[in-house]
Amino acid sequence: MGSKIKELLADPNRRFSPAELAALAAWFRMEMFDVLHQRGTGHWGGSASSAELTTALYFNRMNIRPDKPDWEDRDRFVLSKGHASVNLYTVLASRGYFPIEELPAFRTLGSRLQGHPCMAKLCGVDMSTGALGHGISVGLGMALAAQLSGRKYWTYVMTGEGCLDEGQSWEALLMAAKYRPERFVLMVDYNKVQLDGTQDEILPLGPLVDKFRAFGWNVCPLSLDGNDTVDICRSFDWLDSDEIWPKVVIYDTVKGKGVSFSEGKNTWHGAKITDEAFEKGKPELMEDIRKKEAVL
Amino acid sequence: MNLAMRDAFGRKLESLGATHPELVVLDADVSSSTKSTYFAKAFPNRFFNCGVAEGNLCGVASGLAASGYHPVVNAFAIFLALKGADQIRNDACYNKLPIIYAGAYGGLSDSFDGASHQSITDIAIMRAFPNMEVIVPSDATQAGQALEYALGVQGPVYIRLNRNEMPDLPVSDDFETGKVIRIRSGSDVTIAANGITASFANEAAGLLASRGIEAEVLSVPFVKPLDAKGLEESVARTGRLITVEEHNLMGGFYGAVCEKFARDGVCCDMDAVGLEDVFTETGDYIDLLAKYGISAEAIASKAEKLIGRHEERR
Repeated sequence: MGSKIKELLADPNRRFSPAELAALAAWFRMEMFDVLHQRGTGHWGGSASSAELTTALYFNRMNIRPDKPDWEDRDRFVLSKGHASVNLYTVLASRGYFPIEELPAFRTLGSRLQGHPCMAKLCGVDMSTGALGHGISVGLGMALAAQLSGRKYWTYVMTGEGCLDEGQSWEALLMAAKYRPERFVLMVDYNKVQLDGTQDEILPLGPLVDKFRAFGWNVCPLSLDGNDTVDICRSFDWLDSDEIWPKVVIYDTVKGKGVSFSEGKNTWHGAKITDEAFEKGKPELMEDIRKKEAVL
Repeated sequence: MNLAMRDAFGRKLESLGATHPELVVLDADVSSSTKSTYFAKAFPNRFFNCGVAEGNLCGVASGLAASGYHPVVNAFAIFLALKGADQIRNDACYNKLPIIYAGAYGGLSDSFDGASHQSITDIAIMRAFPNMEVIVPSDATQAGQALEYALGVQGPVYIRLNRNEMPDLPVSDDFETGKVIRIRSGSDVTIAANGITASFANEAAGLLASRGIEAEVLSVPFVKPLDAKGLEESVARTGRLITVEEHNLMGGFYGAVCEKFARDGVCCDMDAVGLEDVFTETGDYIDLLAKYGISAEAIASKAEKLIGRHEERR
């Protein structure tokens, strides 16, 4: 582990700067690449695209107690795009929910690290996901529970394009606009590439901003690079500055981010990482960590 | 006229709302039909009308359940089981969340609306989900008892309800034990009735008695977990079993009994009354049931055949 990363992770409870988040995300991305290569199964493309987003949430934003994962006032996170499980696991482990040494057990028999996140097996997972399109509904239920109970926790739901293909997502958007629970946020990891091809080839979603607005949501007006932690932190400022609910933030991201030959490629959605690809890709990820550590 | 199951359920929901602050109720734009409207009026802030969107309805319920509430999800049985199946399975059953699914207008009870609204596969779907319990009350009293029971379960429970007024059965105080409820004793054949068919079974037993056959009638609201021992105990005495249900014979109550008996090595002469793998049509409820073989006469006839006396009498 890089010495500066080690230093950062020594106190994961403090708030991190954008540069620190960037270094952490780069590190997590490399760990994911390692685990997926080692296991020969899992989803690299969508996990790499959301690395900065999940890192920023768990290390800069969310009010959580990893030592008390069922704390009732904790902020909730629903990874609706559950195939990015290795991303969530890497962040949860680094945040202290379970030993980082357990990561290589991903997708093995008997492991808590199921192929897609399972809340019944792993503390820290707020909802089991995998079947796409469920997240916004479940998150809405959590936000409504906060409204009813008077608790002030935030509920964050992260979707990708695949989730938004599902009709249920739009049912949930409608209902959220009816009840408008506070502190309910949808984050779109908008990498525009699905399993079979680009979003435009599979099922065009655009114009997404207009659609969310038409459904009664408060859309973040900023143009955001979801792989840039400065931009992500700007979006968090917007979340705190505006009181119209529910809110959605669309982050432009790159599928397979960090390994040049996997970027933007649908073939890297869930394919096995070969030894050859690993040997070629790993130095790129190491170099990215080095650069991001250098500016700390 | 006896109280309809949906009215009893709606009123029970309303009364439990006062003593159970964790109770929240959701509906899919059919609250005046499911009678969740009583709760909605009494506790408007704990009632969510989610519109005609059963998938989302079930997802929202799971979010509420994961955050400390005990949701009761109301929708028509057919749409709940078919359109909410993915969310019920993946969000609630997988995580063993405490949610009560109240499937309204179960079986053929939405008789005039036709096959699109008649729920003949909901029991098969729901009982196939691990962690899910499945209850099919026989009358208005059992509908209320089922709700009270389900509120004590820390996991998902499906309660299938009926739209129409049906005769009340003798009240059993130990409903919550999940055991079969014997409503008539007999030694020639056991008629195990699921849901509202218990009243037909009772009537059939009367017909049979007049023909010299003593039928034992069991009301079996719990399809899962199934009281196989209770059934076995009765069958050990009668040697014959007829199951009765308002559902396709594939995968429902009959299926549940067959699976269990086969594995336990329980042997008996057996037949079933239910839908013979067909789509049903529009019509008056009782006439409709009778057309598809769900009637006191049809049960009695099958019982006679099973006993072998039918041919003798001719």
